[in-house]
Amino acid sequence: MDLTFTPAEEAFRAEAREWLEANVPVGLPSGDTAEGFALHVEWEKKLFEARWSVVSWPEEFGGRGASLWEWLIFEEEYYRVGGPQRVTQNGIFLLAPTIFEFGTDEQKERFLPRMAAADDLWCQGWSEPDAGSDLAGIKSRAARDDERGGWVINGQKTWTTRGAFCNWVFGLFRTDPEAARHSGMTYLLVPLDAPGVTVRGVERLDGDEGFAEVFFDDVFVSDDLVLGGVNEGWGVAMATASSERGLTLRSPGRFCAAADRLVDLWKRQAAAGEYPERIDSLRSDVAQSWMEAEAYRLATLVDVTGLVKGVSQGARSSLTKIYWSELDVKLNETALRLLGPAAELIETSPDAVDGGAWMKGFEFALSGPIYAGTNEIQRNVVAERVLGLPRK
Amino acid sequence: MQFAFTEDQLLFRDTVAEFFANECPPEKVRWSWDDAVGRDASTWAALAEMGVIGLTVPEAFGGMGMNEIDLLPILTEAGRYAYPAPLVETVAVVAPLLTESAPAAIAEKWLPGIADGSVIATVQLDDQPFVNDMHIANLLIAQRGDQLFAIPAEHVRSTPQVSVDGARRLFSIEWDEADAELVVSGEAALQAANRAFDRGAAATAAQLIGLSEQMIAMTVAYVVDRKQFGVPIGSFQAVKHHLADAELKVSFARPAVWAAAYGLANGSADVDREVSMAKCFASDAAEVVARKALQNHGAIGYTTEHDLHFWLKRSWALASSWGDAAWHRRRVAHLLLDA
Ligand SMILES: Cc1cc2nc3c(=O)[nH]c(=O)nc-3n(C[C@H](O)[C@H](O)[C@H](O)COP(=O)(O)OP(=O)(O)OC[C@H]3O[C@@H](n4cnc5c(N)ncnc54)[C@H](O)[C@@H]3O)c2cc1C
Repeated sequence: MDLTFTPAEEAFRAEAREWLEANVPVGLPSGDTAEGFALHVEWEKKLFEARWSVVSWPEEFGGRGASLWEWLIFEEEYYRVGGPQRVTQNGIFLLAPTIFEFGTDEQKERFLPRMAAADDLWCQGWSEPDAGSDLAGIKSRAARDDERGGWVINGQKTWTTRGAFCNWVFGLFRTDPEAARHSGMTYLLVPLDAPGVTVRGVERLDGDEGFAEVFFDDVFVSDDLVLGGVNEGWGVAMATASSERGLTLRSPGRFCAAADRLVDLWKRQAAAGEYPERIDSLRSDVAQSWMEAEAYRLATLVDVTGLVKGVSQGARSSLTKIYWSELDVKLNETALRLLGPAAELIETSPDAVDGGAWMKGFEFALSGPIYAGTNEIQRNVVAERVLGLPRK
Repeated sequence: MQFAFTEDQLLFRDTVAEFFANECPPEKVRWSWDDAVGRDASTWAALAEMGVIGLTVPEAFGGMGMNEIDLLPILTEAGRYAYPAPLVETVAVVAPLLTESAPAAIAEKWLPGIADGSVIATVQLDDQPFVNDMHIANLLIAQRGDQLFAIPAEHVRSTPQVSVDGARRLFSIEWDEADAELVVSGEAALQAANRAFDRGAAATAAQLIGLSEQMIAMTVAYVVDRKQFGVPIGSFQAVKHHLADAELKVSFARPAVWAAAYGLANGSADVDREVSMAKCFASDAAEVVARKALQNHGAIGYTTEHDLHFWLKRSWALASSWGDAAWHRRRVAHLLLDA
């Protein structure tokens, strides 16, 4: 057992820290609004130019070939200095691992560098109005067009995060309506500027236009936009989904930074001297929240030790997903209780504490137990596939 | 970075686990409940023979000279099998305390006996009202303010207390300084006591992980087997979610317990916080797991004929000894917020 980093890893940390401290933008508006998104893309391009946008990718695609440990270090540093949530995440953290695993060389060259550079911005199209948790119930169809060598899509996706601002969507489409539920689906990459695509933004709980509905009306995509095999999309999609549940999307750095800010908030509130009894009564909650973030960090170190040796998390990634999503709610909830009457003030309110970030964070955290497979579904997975309980 | 045990550590763990499987099956735990003494000397002797009892004693005194990380998997197995003898007190707490803090004469007097199994040691720090296993101990290490004493067991007057866990043997005690040898005093004694407390808490946390894992395993086996409405009750979603919650709790307590052992073994500057987090999480996890285990067993789990209650009661007892979750959470809060 050794919980120290090597000198090379520490040097990597120092380099990342120095650059991030000098460059991370402060006070960017939410990336889930049109103006905010544009500013975030500018920031993403700057990250890319300094080769910090995709540290773990091979150099030929714009990365640094960083190890998993270095990636974790980068994430720690990124969030420690207050780096903003990555609007490129659905591409970089979810689609890219799938392209690395299933993509052709041509697809890798075509998509990965532009993704790293934030030239292409990707959103994910799984959910449909009648298919949420039951993803295999999707109905959007892609019909074979032999003449043009591709597929013609009809149907609708929904809850597509930042769909109104992105230029590509990846998702599952039914290509063999006769096949059994989990077969007959294909993973397609679809340009949102293709003829026949209509995108309509939908306002989320927090007031941002973070959701979109995407309508497909005889949209043609050529064969080179199939990722993995035709009718094999379910298996390919499961690879993407496990990245979303596991540590790539939600590295501990983000939660540990938030936990440290919560401790700092408690100290500021205590120093301000208002409502001393309430502040005092929340000491244990602050400690518990901080420890949960720390426990997540420690569990990640165990998982990464395994991953480095080639032991995958498998269905245990469902435990990870439940844990980070619930701890995020707890952290923000505790902060709001510290704020008391100021808790309800949002960013546009002059007296909002920390620019209303805690209410914003709380609202966002509440979606964690819903997206990436609801926590009820994850508990089913844990019971059946980690503990071996009978499905029926 | 390598947050895992070595092959050697895992091999040793497997050997000890096999030993407990043979020598400490549930019938043996039941015997510990029913028997007046409740401890058999042969199991302790065999563990000493294997090197478990002398694990933390320096090689110069006949021990293995190993540390908290090596000990952790062993304690987890002891928890899994609900082994009732005082491993925490003797191996995790007293042997390292004497090694680090006792004058040579005292160390030489007791450590070789601990290593060869002839000396069973127990401990009482300030704020710990009861002592474990005084009835079989040869040596008591006790704190009085800023002094730590070694007292041969024959000079300790003890009154049995009765734990909900019938395999435990708890005592209130009295002793006179005239019969005691001073181990260490002043600031050094306070530090030694604090370190001893951390070691006891971390070791108990390791046992709680094993207890919790075993309660989950027993419950999984039961709900797969037990049928109602014509199907295994483990196919019902409410049952599944209870068990998923239990697994979640243990899964995120376990790395915290490992980190505490690592912190102790490496003299981490944050060791108090690391240990308190470990005990807090392990206690909380065990309490949740025990509830879920009982609920999923239904009435059979509510009997003393079924074995589950041994694990439930051990986990209740250990969850609140060496500081309960609330106490350790307050300690973490103090370390984080008042710095
Ligand atoms: C902020 C946010 C961002 C999102 N981004 C995207 C995106 O970019 N792309 C995309 O495709 N989708 C996205 N989603 C959608 C998300 O994937 C779905 O919301 C999710 O899969 C749940 O589906 P649903 O909303 O239809 O709820 P439903 O499936 O209708 O579930 C409603 C409730 O019923 C419960 N339930 C359903 N089935 C079961 C069962 N078998 N056992 C127990 N309980 C069950 C659920 O747990 C939930 O509590 C996003 C959602 C949110 C909140």
